[in-house]
Amino acid sequence: MNVTVMDRKPEAINQSFLGFIDCDVHPFYKSPAEFDAFLPQRWREHRATIGGRTRQGLSKSSNYPRMSPGNGQRMDAWPPDGTHPGSDLPFMQQQLLDLFNVAYGLLAPLVGGAGGERNVEFGAAMATAVNEWQLARWCDPDPRLKASVQVNIEHEKAAIAEIEKRAGDRRFAQVNIPPRGLEPLGRRRYWPILEACAANGFPVSLHLGGNGGHPSTGGGWPSFYHEEHPSYVQSMQTLVTSLVCEGVFEHIPNLKIVLVEGGFAWLPALSWRLDKAWKRLHAEVPFLRQKPSEYVRQHVWVTTQPIEEPERPRDMLSTLEWIGIDRVMFSTDYPHWDQDDPRFAFKVPLPEEWRRKIYHENARALYGLD
Amino acid sequence: MTRHIVAKVDEIAPGTCKIVTVKGREIGVFHVNNEYFALINRCPHQGAQLCRGALLSKLESPGPGEYSLTRQGEMLRCPWHCWEFDIRTGQSWCDPDSVQARTYAVEVEPGEKLAKGPFEAETVPVSVEQNYVVITV
Amino acid sequence: MERAGHIVLNRLPIARQGVCKIVNPAAIRPIDCDVHLAVPSTRALLPYLEDYWREHIIRRGIEGDNLELSAYPPNAPLNCRPDWRPKSGLPGSQFDQLRDHVLEPFQPRFVICNVLHGSQIMFSEDLSAALCRVINNWIAAEWLDRDPRLRASIVVPAHSPDLAVAEIERRADDRRFVQVLMLAMTEMPLGRRQHWPIYKAAERLDLPVGIHAGSSFRHPPSALGWSSYYIEDYVSQAPGFSGVLNSLVTEGVFNKFPRLKVVLIESGVTWLPAHFWRINKTWRGVRSETPWVDRVPSEIIRDHVRLTVQPFDDPPDQSQVRTILEEIGSDEMLLFSTDYPHWHFEGTEAIPPGLPESALRKILVDNALATYPRLN
Repeated sequence: MNVTVMDRKPEAINQSFLGFIDCDVHPFYKSPAEFDAFLPQRWREHRATIGGRTRQGLSKSSNYPRMSPGNGQRMDAWPPDGTHPGSDLPFMQQQLLDLFNVAYGLLAPLVGGAGGERNVEFGAAMATAVNEWQLARWCDPDPRLKASVQVNIEHEKAAIAEIEKRAGDRRFAQVNIPPRGLEPLGRRRYWPILEACAANGFPVSLHLGGNGGHPSTGGGWPSFYHEEHPSYVQSMQTLVTSLVCEGVFEHIPNLKIVLVEGGFAWLPALSWRLDKAWKRLHAEVPFLRQKPSEYVRQHVWVTTQPIEEPERPRDMLSTLEWIGIDRVMFSTDYPHWDQDDPRFAFKVPLPEEWRRKIYHENARALYGLD
Repeated sequence: MTRHIVAKVDEIAPGTCKIVTVKGREIGVFHVNNEYFALINRCPHQGAQLCRGALLSKLESPGPGEYSLTRQGEMLRCPWHCWEFDIRTGQSWCDPDSVQARTYAVEVEPGEKLAKGPFEAETVPVSVEQNYVVITV
Repeated sequence: MERAGHIVLNRLPIARQGVCKIVNPAAIRPIDCDVHLAVPSTRALLPYLEDYWREHIIRRGIEGDNLELSAYPPNAPLNCRPDWRPKSGLPGSQFDQLRDHVLEPFQPRFVICNVLHGSQIMFSEDLSAALCRVINNWIAAEWLDRDPRLRASIVVPAHSPDLAVAEIERRADDRRFVQVLMLAMTEMPLGRRQHWPIYKAAERLDLPVGIHAGSSFRHPPSALGWSSYYIEDYVSQAPGFSGVLNSLVTEGVFNKFPRLKVVLIESGVTWLPAHFWRINKTWRGVRSETPWVDRVPSEIIRDHVRLTVQPFDDPPDQSQVRTILEEIGSDEMLLFSTDYPHWHFEGTEAIPPGLPESALRKILVDNALATYPRLN
């Protein structure tokens, strides 16, 4: 069955989304030189000469080019001065923050390349620079915007130092780690960093992306963006599997995980599969004292974008219920091409209580926002 | 239905669009290949300003290695999720209304709305009268 | 044009939970679309090898190596139900085990045997082909010849399409071989054009391509890298199938081979609706990158893809099973299987609870007959 299209006459829009908390907003730079203000001389020179080095063949382009200019931006999100979508605060306010009276916007800066940088010292320096840049360019001018702490997890000492440096600074809402790294994030070598996140009160935001140099699928490298785009779901599925099965949540009971930009409709079936497998294989992972699905319910939050579009619109309701209404948080992904509009993303009317939680309360509670 | 002058004939350059507001609704008027087309400036998917999208061509292929480009500039691509619409008819390229018989016993629950296919952008009649581009709304 | 409406199964009686009616001889005798025979040892294959390869293997000591797939450690609890585990030797390696555990209790009309073995994934291509050839010889001589109900998938070198085609052609005339067996995750996504000679041959010969859960581990199980535990690898097999379907669809395999049928074996099943919703959504925006995908991917998949029912990653609630089946949206997609000797159910409760009785006959028999022309 088909996605519900909107009627010719726009139906009365339920306004209760207004003032929502947007759990995924992408700021950009007008020029990469903006980071120089926050980099020591040595790294300014490095950035200008060698530059970022990631685990792929093309220097600056994505392995899988997107479908619209600017590496996959909304075509109407280019600011009047022609700079990159997301790089202009007044325009972002006009198109998103003021338009919908957004209470808070959680920043996911996919810039600077700190997380995936092979030169881990440079990566750590860029992480600090991007964190400072978020404050200077975004959070201080518009306190509705909350930064996410960038780190390079292959430099454990620097990552922990950066997390501790930002602890208590309420302009930072969470720590951001790209899922596709060298090893699955549940692996023990990353535990000290995850411990630091939890100890300092930061949820960990796992925004899709990263490039650890492994093929996008377990069966090899796709040919097309058409495959790459949904392959991020597979990464989220294996990420949840790693965190649960490695016992991360046993080891760090107050760790909170947010899966950003992975969609969410896949989560129930994964939980069922995990439980079934655990029933047979629990002896391999004896440190798990609960069913996997219980760890998921206790520790994992999801953001809505890109919202799945069930063929029968009402199946969205059961899907949300199976995940748990208190675990779902609305996000736009502004200004990317596949962003969701808060007015029209849900193709089925939601109960008022669900709307309150998904648009407002769940994020407020998770991030400690008033 | 009333007729509204939206532009002089040479005002809208070929391959571009002028967005006007008539009776409270935004309408994009396109000049494409010496013809004029008008669409309600609203994507049926998530309400984006459809007419701010790109005018592209129809890209088709029966299989990898064979590529054809037709209908130059006559496909309007939504600026958001890139849905493609035929500017003449408003018809979405990704017409999900394919005929596929379901083999389970089929029943519609009371109160449920069936999604009406195909996905269409709403077109508006356009004509050229003397030197003016006129829409009927 | 209005589409057919929503699928509602609520009015239909549900198959009796916990009791498999097919044990009753009066009930429907199924077709079991996934049973695993185990090669007892590489030595057992030697009589069926050409002289050259027999000597090659012996001089290198390969006959002492069982060449098991790491995807399926034989002693892991999942991989053999306790009451099916023999006192010695590999489960599924002797005919009397199959007889006692599958043929007698389930009374199948046919059993499709899938042999998972390292031969498929050897780096040396000709060695891989030789070993696949000998396994197929062994299957025919020691199993298919033994019982008229047995059928088999052709084991082929996963990384050498040309040699795989040669093996398919070699078995073409033996109609007891009903399918081509591939692994879900190998060196390249299965839709890639390098694999197309296999699909061409399979389509021409009316052989579905059976894609079995698992990996040759030329790559880590996911983009995240190498996980620690077997349970992770096992769970990751389901996301692996998402990658398979996205590749087959976007590369245009079903455009090029419109009569090709693909069977996902041991996939878990319940991940499929969310997969549909996501790939359909992506397609609407990304269509122009792969313009041969000219209709919504879920429809392409419903036309061309089938899934065996075991394992069935079922939700805690039966009403949820009904919802998932409605969301899958076709009663022609599911194929009965026991996945013997893997441990997914107790007794003979091989039908996932919650399947409607009206669909039983299709799932037990008709869908398999429609999928595997050679069974007719």
